[in-house]
Amino acid sequence: MSAGYNFGFMDEHAKKEVRRAILKAIAIPGYQVPYSSREMPMGRGFGTGGLQITLSLIGADETLKVIDQGSDDSVNAVNLRQFVELTCPGVNTTTHLNEATLIQSRHRIPEVPLTPEQVLVLQVPYPDPLVVVEPSEDKRKIMHGEADYARLLVKLYEDIVKFDEITISHRYPTRINGHYVIDPSPIPRWDVPKLNDSSALILFGAGREKKIYAVPPHTKAEPLAFDDVPFRVESFNDAAGNRRPCERCAATDSFLDEYINEDGSKRYQCSDSDYCDSTLKNSLLKNGVLANTKEAAHA
Amino acid sequence: MGYVAIKGGGKAIRGAEDVLEVLRTAEADTGAPLTINTIEHQLRLLTSRIVSEGGLYHPELAALAIKQSQGDTLEAAFALRAYRSTKPRLMQTPIQNTANMRLIRRISSAFKDIPGGQMLGPTYDYALRLMRLDLANESPTHFRDIARKFLAETPESDLPDTFPKVVDALREEGLLPSVQASAAEPFDITREPLIFPVPRSAALATMARAETGSLLALAYSNMRGYGDVHPTIAELRVGYLPVMLPHPITGVLTEAGEVLMTECEVVAMYEDDSNKGTPTFTLGYGACFGHNEVKAISMAILDRALQKGMKDGASNPSEDQEFVLLHVDGVDSMGFASHYKMPHYVTFQSDMDRLRATQKKHEERSAQ
Repeated sequence: MSAGYNFGFMDEHAKKEVRRAILKAIAIPGYQVPYSSREMPMGRGFGTGGLQITLSLIGADETLKVIDQGSDDSVNAVNLRQFVELTCPGVNTTTHLNEATLIQSRHRIPEVPLTPEQVLVLQVPYPDPLVVVEPSEDKRKIMHGEADYARLLVKLYEDIVKFDEITISHRYPTRINGHYVIDPSPIPRWDVPKLNDSSALILFGAGREKKIYAVPPHTKAEPLAFDDVPFRVESFNDAAGNRRPCERCAATDSFLDEYINEDGSKRYQCSDSDYCDSTLKNSLLKNGVLANTKEAAHA
Repeated sequence: MGYVAIKGGGKAIRGAEDVLEVLRTAEADTGAPLTINTIEHQLRLLTSRIVSEGGLYHPELAALAIKQSQGDTLEAAFALRAYRSTKPRLMQTPIQNTANMRLIRRISSAFKDIPGGQMLGPTYDYALRLMRLDLANESPTHFRDIARKFLAETPESDLPDTFPKVVDALREEGLLPSVQASAAEPFDITREPLIFPVPRSAALATMARAETGSLLALAYSNMRGYGDVHPTIAELRVGYLPVMLPHPITGVLTEAGEVLMTECEVVAMYEDDSNKGTPTFTLGYGACFGHNEVKAISMAILDRALQKGMKDGASNPSEDQEFVLLHVDGVDSMGFASHYKMPHYVTFQSDMDRLRATQKKHEERSAQ
């Protein structure tokens, strides 16, 4: 298809507009900057907001990693990566976090902390955390401006009254730089602490809802909670209270995916496939099982 | 141990493409591939729908989009829209006068006779919806015979080049308010995000490329009673509008081509006028590329409903700008409905964590 399409698919005016929105988002941490949002040749809801940010920022010297559900090889990640390769000739792509300068992700933040040289782009279906308590965007805009999150806190409180637990599992409302509360995209609670004081710039793109927002490097990000009911991440403990390891790489410090075996028993593996691969490789190298890095890469 | 479930994405996508392609081309041995020309002309109402929902007047590309999407209107409009977003905006068209449309159809349900006359034109409105089994086996000879017969029986007519607008007559009589010249630049929805409340031009532009069914559903809610526009169609016209653009060198307005379009003006009952002026009827406007009357009528009704909502506050969904304009775009809504098919392993894991924690607490409490 390459013929006839501009580098990065979008025309330069469109890219410039996205970059302007990004600059504004960085200047006002957590504020949802409206932008016009072009149609991309993949479905709204498939990461078109993240993709527009990626295409607007990417240059030929960039190395891109695309993750979906923690994996570089899931269908949507493959699709997005191939599209970027097709429309941005000369751009490098990688599955290794340490080689990437630009990372587009859906639903996960990598386990290994990001570096100041990296930019993380998260795909966002619902940019506004207030949507659960107020359907009108016009009214929500006023609430954000006044930092009026009372109804959101009431919702959390009602959860505790009804269920003894805060039931928000992912998309956990998080206050940025002491003012705007953001929807951090459908990352699990496990990933929310990674937003706080991050070395890397984190950008959020909602294509269908036409918003861009940012958590700039070294910015405070606090999940909403109460003094007596602290924020908690997902538990991966077994019935006896022991932390389950990844059955593949044995890591005990990663977000785990749960699988059901044919016989009905359960299995747990790292959600972040690159992290799992590198942990496995390191342990194999340490134990002398593997000497050749090529082999290790394909373990 | 290999990585579970999520490996092999690239291979699976290629496989999906292949099997789609096989189904697209699978046909009995007598079959011939659809030509773009066939789609554009024999499925002209489908093509109409795609140029309008795709927001790009390019019937050939629309026909191609229909072909490659195997007739899925949402997919076809989407492909055209995505193509459009790669193109820069070169200029802004001046206001086009729809009185200059080369009409193929024109009706008014407000008046028995209108200046210039009613012209029923191509419509299914009064057709009996009986299955025409004779169409199952047609040949090019049939097509030629139909054309020959039609041309032989149709007298030479000296139709005027332009037809006066019915609403202009109503304006002259003072039954409709006179047109207010708007100083504001029209809102370009392809370049600016909608921040509510939006000007009427933004609402009209959004509806002009909205998905027909979505627009119809919301307009129908108003017609049935969740609203009270009670429209009368002052005029519905279908035809070819000459597009006048300034000549790049001389600046003189020059005809650059023409677009098939449908335009509808509905008149609604008069309202209390807070300015205490003379009461007049109110107007709703709908227009879209192609021949799509249901869409133009739905849009006109919603335009009226939205204007009322802006003035008095929305008392029904169809009067609420946000509700209407954010839910009628086919590309947005079909994309989001489809995205639920993507893996949601991580968020579901997180959901299970919350439910298990809540269940555990519930059991502990019940045991006490």
